[in-house]
Amino acid sequence: MNYNWDWGVLVREPYLEWLISGFGWTITVSLAAWVLAFSLGSVVGILRTTDHKLLRGLATCYVETFRNIPLLVQMFLWYFVFPELLPDDAGMWVKREMPMPEFTTAVVCLGLYTASRVAEQVRAGIQSIGQGQRNAGLAVGLTPAQVYRYVLLPVSYRIIVPPLTSEFLTIFKNSSVALTIGVLETTAQARQIEEYTFQGFEAFTIATVLYIIVTSIVMLLMRVVESRVRIPGMISLGAK
Amino acid sequence: MFSDFDTDVIFNNLHFLVEGMQTTLILTIVAILGGLLLGTLLALARLSPFKPLAFVAGTYVNFFRSMPLILVIFWFYFLVPHIVGRPVGGFYSVLVAFVLFEAAYYCEIMRAGIQSVRKGQIYAGQAIGLTYTQNMRYVVLPQAFRNMVPILMTQAIILFQDTSLVYVVGVKDFLVSADLVANRENRILEMFTTVALVYFIICLSGSLFIRRLQRKFVT
Repeated sequence: MNYNWDWGVLVREPYLEWLISGFGWTITVSLAAWVLAFSLGSVVGILRTTDHKLLRGLATCYVETFRNIPLLVQMFLWYFVFPELLPDDAGMWVKREMPMPEFTTAVVCLGLYTASRVAEQVRAGIQSIGQGQRNAGLAVGLTPAQVYRYVLLPVSYRIIVPPLTSEFLTIFKNSSVALTIGVLETTAQARQIEEYTFQGFEAFTIATVLYIIVTSIVMLLMRVVESRVRIPGMISLGAK
Repeated sequence: MFSDFDTDVIFNNLHFLVEGMQTTLILTIVAILGGLLLGTLLALARLSPFKPLAFVAGTYVNFFRSMPLILVIFWFYFLVPHIVGRPVGGFYSVLVAFVLFEAAYYCEIMRAGIQSVRKGQIYAGQAIGLTYTQNMRYVVLPQAFRNMVPILMTQAIILFQDTSLVYVVGVKDFLVSADLVANRENRILEMFTTVALVYFIICLSGSLFIRRLQRKFVT
């Protein structure tokens, strides 16, 4: 293996800046998409457990659609196909005038995709509680909304902390797919450094290290959260 | 919009798309088989009483599981030619990447499967004089596999979807073939919609099949 090692490349201009900005984009895309995924995923997940047939059906359709198309294909659909389906002015706006089109598209796509996975976790959490608590809530005169607000959700969110952690890590890793539509996040920058300098080993190593550091920090933090919110006597679901 | 949706472009380039789908399927199948084999070995290593071996396997799994698949694909696209000493083409390097990457996920599934076999079974095997290997081969693994079938197949569907990421190094799978046609014929809307629909139908039938299987297997 002939290879000219040069770790210095990572701190040289402009490559250090590329890495920092790439890492910044990775974090920004992940967090923004997570906000969307968590809120929409919660709504869809709750709808999947309600008694309303139509709403339940719609939520199921949502989950099945977004789960059964590869993320990369969804990214292309949002970026290339979606503007074509809009009326002319709106399509033009999405393509040309929308602020940061690649970033916005990536966040929306990643958020909607992950929402389907979050929804499944929320549903599993609610269903793990059992019918008895729901019935008890209704029996003491709570409305269905109150049953969710005061009985089911507080417990189920505490149960699904571990699988939600792994969903967050998935969104964090999946943010690299945004590079296919031109968001220059960590992986894209590492690739770019490799192409400019041929120092692929160094570039990919630093990207790997960055991902591992964030993953480890999130896991450590969530372990603390998990032990704080654990419900005595209840076994956590674990990531499935 | 859909009023000028041109289906001819799909049929005229059908052979091209089928070829792409073949690459996708070969990639999926080889990655499943390789990943399963390596993953099972890793799972046995992780559960081995010999601590250093368990540590190495655990590190391997955590390492690959904290990396995005695209980064792994880039790594091996860059590394494999360096190791082999000559260009090998994108296909073989992504094959290596997928097998090694999937092995980490299959390892965790297998480990959970092996741990789901009740301790009593293992003791019973030991009591009638089976060696460790025999016990694994005849008692533990057959039951573990049975418990794991639905999750293993779900992982296969995820893998099938993930193979589309070979796009980043230009291996001509289903998506890349469609992308080439889309750009050549300027029919982006038609091609990407078709791609999404084909993936959707395959994956949905797969997951419906798994759900049926699950009802049969879970006892």
